[in-house]
Amino acid sequence: MNFETLIFYFLGTILLFAGLRVITARNSVHAALFLVLAFFSAAGLWLLLEAEFLAITLVLVYIGAVMVLFLFVVMMLDLDLRRLREGFRESIPLAALVGALMALEMGLVLGRKSFIPEYTSLEQNHAATYSNTKELGRLLYTDYVYPFELAAVVLLVAIVAAIAITLRRRHNTKHQDPAEQVKVRRADRIRMVSMPAEKPGEE
Amino acid sequence: MLSLTHYLILGALLFVISVVGIFLNRKNLIVILMAIELMLLAVNINFIAFSHYLNDTGGQVFVFFILTVAAAESAIGLAILVALFRNMNTINVADLDHLKG
Repeated sequence: MNFETLIFYFLGTILLFAGLRVITARNSVHAALFLVLAFFSAAGLWLLLEAEFLAITLVLVYIGAVMVLFLFVVMMLDLDLRRLREGFRESIPLAALVGALMALEMGLVLGRKSFIPEYTSLEQNHAATYSNTKELGRLLYTDYVYPFELAAVVLLVAIVAAIAITLRRRHNTKHQDPAEQVKVRRADRIRMVSMPAEKPGEE
Repeated sequence: MLSLTHYLILGALLFVISVVGIFLNRKNLIVILMAIELMLLAVNINFIAFSHYLNDTGGQVFVFFILTVAAAESAIGLAILVALFRNMNTINVADLDHLKG
């Protein structure tokens, strides 16, 4: 067993353990933190596969943004954890059955020698001067430029949708309306009244 | 020696774990969202493993797009969750029966 295999088993074990804890954790905050651990070990595995750019992206985007969002939401909501875990034990047999069946099916597929193409020997460890980021950027801006722009549109729509969903209009707050302020005429604000002048000492 | 099969089996196990997680936490919307994230991670591991062992960077481009869509999905999902909690004061899936389905 060489060093790479050792790292693979180390990170893989942590990844599976973290995944198991995500789905079994009693507290949703713990689940989110174990999900961070899972993402981090996956980033390590991706480094092992020479996908450096995506590994860093996973840490920055997923752990840095998405998981913080998750933690933020979990901590902001006041959850009744006891009620949310109702039916946990009752669904274990069904979940185990489905999981075992899926694992069996995937094992049957992966276990066949013919599934793995023989040209996987195309694997090559790149030289130290090889830049994964450069290669990925070249592909993104040439062959995949339209999907890339579509991805940008998807993100834009997601931003607008997330804001539109969570925006709420409060009725009891005081706020200025600049248009109304500019439009106002003198006649709207003051009223001239003519009153007879009063003389002092006349009662 | 590491091979493609190692990574595929790891991805398959992670995928199975997340499917089981959806079954176990049927009431808790947040954990369901987390299980979906785990599922996407398992798929991404497969993509990157194939990309490495077939020496084709196209797989990594795909992972890039999956990451984008997953980030958008979780942002909207959490926004819906917050709106839901604000209006109904619960995220229990069993309570969300207003459509009488």
